[in-house]
Amino acid sequence: MKFNLKASLLAAAVAMSSLLSAVQAADDQYIGSLVYRTGPYAPGGIQWADGFADYVQLLNERDGGINGVKLTLEECDTAYNTDKGLECYERLKKGGSTGMPAVMPLSTGITYALLDRVAADKIPLITSGYGRADAADGTVFPWVFVPPATYWGGADVAIQYIAKEMGGADAMKGKKIALVYHDSAFGKEPIKTLEALAAKHGFELSLHPVSPPGLEQKPIWTKIGRQIKPDYVIMYGWGVMNATAIKEAAAVDFPRDKFIGIWWSGNEPDVIPAGDAAIGYKSLQFNGVGAGYPVHEAIKTNLYAKGKGSSKVEGDVGAVAYNRGMQSAVILTEALRTAMKEYGNKPMTGEQVQWALDRLDVSADRMKELGAEGLFDPIKLTCADHLGQGRVQVAQWDGKAFKAISDWIQPNDEMIRPMYKDSAAAYAKEKGITPRECK
Amino acid sequence: MPHIERNVLYTIGGAIVLMTLLPWILGKVVPNQVFFEWPYFFEVAIGGLLSGVMYSLVALGFVLIFKASGVFNFAQGAMVLFAALTLVGLIDLGVPIWASIILTLGVMVILAFAIERVVLSHLVNQEHIILFMATIGIAYFLDGFGQTLWGSDVKRLDLGLPNSPIKLFDGALLVNEFDLIAALIAGVLVISLALFFQYTRIGRALRAVADDHQAALSVGIPLKHIWVIVWSVAGLVALVAGIMWGSKLGVQFSLSLIALKALPVLIIGGFTSIPGAIIGGLIIGAGENIAEVFIGPLIGGGITDWFAYMLALVFLVFRPQGLFGEKIIERV
Amino acid sequence: MIYREAGEFKSTYQADQAIFPIRQDRWFILAILAIAFIVMPLVGSDYWLGTIMLPFLILALAALGLNVLTGYAGLLSLGTGGFMATGAFAAYKLATMFPGLHILAVLIMSGLITAGVGILFGIPSLRIKGFYLAVATLASQFFLIWMFNKFGWFTNYSASGVISAPPMTIFGDIYVTGPQATAAAKYLFVLAVVAFLALMIKNLVRSNMGREWMAIRDMDIAAEIIGIKMLSTKLKAFAVSSFLCGIAGALWAFIYTGSVEPAAFDINRSFQILFMVIIGGLGSILGSFLGAAFITLLPIFLSNAPHWFGMNIPVDMISHIESMVFGALIIFFLIVEPHGLARLWQIAKEKLRLWPFPY
Repeated sequence: MKFNLKASLLAAAVAMSSLLSAVQAADDQYIGSLVYRTGPYAPGGIQWADGFADYVQLLNERDGGINGVKLTLEECDTAYNTDKGLECYERLKKGGSTGMPAVMPLSTGITYALLDRVAADKIPLITSGYGRADAADGTVFPWVFVPPATYWGGADVAIQYIAKEMGGADAMKGKKIALVYHDSAFGKEPIKTLEALAAKHGFELSLHPVSPPGLEQKPIWTKIGRQIKPDYVIMYGWGVMNATAIKEAAAVDFPRDKFIGIWWSGNEPDVIPAGDAAIGYKSLQFNGVGAGYPVHEAIKTNLYAKGKGSSKVEGDVGAVAYNRGMQSAVILTEALRTAMKEYGNKPMTGEQVQWALDRLDVSADRMKELGAEGLFDPIKLTCADHLGQGRVQVAQWDGKAFKAISDWIQPNDEMIRPMYKDSAAAYAKEKGITPRECK
Repeated sequence: MPHIERNVLYTIGGAIVLMTLLPWILGKVVPNQVFFEWPYFFEVAIGGLLSGVMYSLVALGFVLIFKASGVFNFAQGAMVLFAALTLVGLIDLGVPIWASIILTLGVMVILAFAIERVVLSHLVNQEHIILFMATIGIAYFLDGFGQTLWGSDVKRLDLGLPNSPIKLFDGALLVNEFDLIAALIAGVLVISLALFFQYTRIGRALRAVADDHQAALSVGIPLKHIWVIVWSVAGLVALVAGIMWGSKLGVQFSLSLIALKALPVLIIGGFTSIPGAIIGGLIIGAGENIAEVFIGPLIGGGITDWFAYMLALVFLVFRPQGLFGEKIIERV
Repeated sequence: MIYREAGEFKSTYQADQAIFPIRQDRWFILAILAIAFIVMPLVGSDYWLGTIMLPFLILALAALGLNVLTGYAGLLSLGTGGFMATGAFAAYKLATMFPGLHILAVLIMSGLITAGVGILFGIPSLRIKGFYLAVATLASQFFLIWMFNKFGWFTNYSASGVISAPPMTIFGDIYVTGPQATAAAKYLFVLAVVAFLALMIKNLVRSNMGREWMAIRDMDIAAEIIGIKMLSTKLKAFAVSSFLCGIAGALWAFIYTGSVEPAAFDINRSFQILFMVIIGGLGSILGSFLGAAFITLLPIFLSNAPHWFGMNIPVDMISHIESMVFGALIIFFLIVEPHGLARLWQIAKEKLRLWPFPY
């Protein structure tokens, strides 16, 4: 570990010089980014922000921007605090010549607070793997996009994976599954899906809320490990709660390879504090894990070799949250590219990006061109479908890194899509929204 | 040990009986929702007692400072985080563990000096709430300062403490090694602090200051030094708490939030009693564990947070000064 | 010279008892109101009105509520967030159960419901004092948030437990909630509500009730001896305080953010509002506003300042510096004037009275 003050000052100087030159050019595409590099959830937030920033800088350094339009990135630190996040959004939304092309608030709380605002401001809201699952219905939520996965889909994939491990869906009958969840809007998202699945497959679901921040989970794990003894535990955890849960699972001897976390419970900062107790722990991922992809190499040679990377530790390139940040950057920049095809090579507005997101198509071939084949699942959105395939894979922590242990698993659309529709319809009724027509 | 009043013993006894009987009755009345077996109950209770000791570690820091200066130190959580960050930072720089601990202790003493010189000496004789507010300022400053120095990413603190379950009575009872060690350390800390306060010269001076600033000053006790000593001792306690909680959760910003878990402990134990912090911790730890496991299923679970405070509230209604707190006698 | 009441004579008791007996004060208040109601909406951008003024006003209202309890009645409370959440969820239930209900009716009723809840949690205050009471009120904070989180009824069984405000109008088709509402309309509405309530409280604390609160605060035993009923007076303080906090919570959820989860009113909110009251000045209406301004505006200023001066410091650095400067400023202000910003204002007025000839 380096002495960070010095490193930060150095980074400040570098950022100052590079950004000052960037700010002066008027025809840049402005990108506002809400990140949390401080506060209780900073460990994962820093990596996400670095991944996002590095990918944007890579396009600038290697390709000279998108179609010759340079990208200017401005970050605003939310500390994962809704008040600060709203302030950041309002401050950044008018940035640059065209305003923020899209907002990625990185927090369920901020997402909810922005739902009304983005529609009025005409700025698309992209919530990758968080926020409202029912925003997959593009007719009710024209301005909200949820690729590549939702919490409901995640819950379904977790059960599919467990069923496969047990030897088929029939083997699930009478089995016990426990859900340990962060007692908040985020943690409660999967409950309805899991209850529906429990009814369908005949397994027994027990719910274990953890009151945030989740520093103390002994009673819950005593109950799970010693009384209920479930066959599998699914966790929707966040922040310090994850490491604590893994430690407590070890303390009651619950096998870690029967313990699956959602993607927000599957970052390095979630398992590292738990030490050896975390070996074997699994987590769902909507992005690939690992650092060996061509895009990582490109970032290392174009940025880090020249001292322009945003992460203080080059080893963080390829961390789970880093990849996730990169994926968000890919979605945004590909949308910008699509929009430029229609509107010309100049900075894009939120409305133009929304048009592009409505028909975003990042195919497998395109992912290969980006050097991210296998790292990110292809995404294809339509006017009515703001989610895409929604595929998720399972990764396992081996003590040093997360390793993918399954293929991309498709959620059961027959069951989940109608759930999105119903929930979105209820929302539309409450808010007095008339769903738009999608041809 | 201070003299324990009879009704304190009654209260504690009543609490123990209630916390045992209620789960047992619930287990009989609604067996399909509440699972009750004696070994299981004891395991839950013991687990609770042990995690209660971890709360006591944090509560102790509050008590020390409140006892000696009447300040409700909001910055205790920030001090825990700061101590843990400094320790891990030093270890990561390659300093041996024992040296890092001593160096961190030195940093905490310097911090105590700085707080006395910059903040407290300017606020002598102010109302409690003003001093409380000043410690909030300290908390903000420390949060920012610690993270500027050492960064906000999570760091693993591994002092080689074991964390495996021990099975007793053929696996009927399960206890965690780490919790046992934490309890042991907290016990040693409390006993030595209690002895220090009771039998040493400085301890007596501390108690004199706590009773009356003016009187202590007039018999020649240097108020300034006493405050530095108390804040240094609180820094030591913060370091111990930081080590124990840091090895459990990893060293990260969330460590400063554990202060909230210490507040109900303070109410039950009283703001001014060192043994009270331990007893309070035990009651809160066991109480919330038992409640979550045996009452939680009836009302949806996730009740540990408010249950601890409700429990404290109930205690307060019977003893407004906490179990071991000094009785406030008011005259017109 | 400018601020001098010499030569202002009162010929009736009524004039002497006016809220603002000094002419300069009246002008000052009128000028502030004129700026707030007329100038601000004309010159303020949407960012200023919707993102800075709106939360400032709403939190000032909550601080006012807490100030009634802590500053006037001397009862330290950390349950403000819980009461704000009660107001927000009550407003949501009312607005969705009776869709035709006018927003003012919704606000008042949610305030009343919160007052009821406040009375309930105020009962222990009869026996418990000081920091013990502060920690005891945390029970209400955690319990209320847990309750709104746990029972689906409060959120109309939405999967995530988030409530969001239905579009509502104030008169005709001027929307104050929902996406159609303009920042200016929201701002003016909230300003009107807050100004009215502040005036009401200013009067209330001068009444019998306010004097009883202050008597209890200054010495409860003495107050009891002169015949002030302890329980009812304390509970009244809880009721009025939570009424204001409830309305503030409803405004926060409906007008400011539009949709919230209970976590928006967590323990940090309670602390934030307590800080406002202490920094602003205990037992001062103006202090609530000054404190709210300090606590909400300063961090925004600090995080924007490097940008204005053309410096590009990494955002995490800004956040850390912001937190350090904020902490240092709190300490600084307490050392300079422990009784809050309102007291500084008071001193400034005294000085002005004598200026330029202080002897």
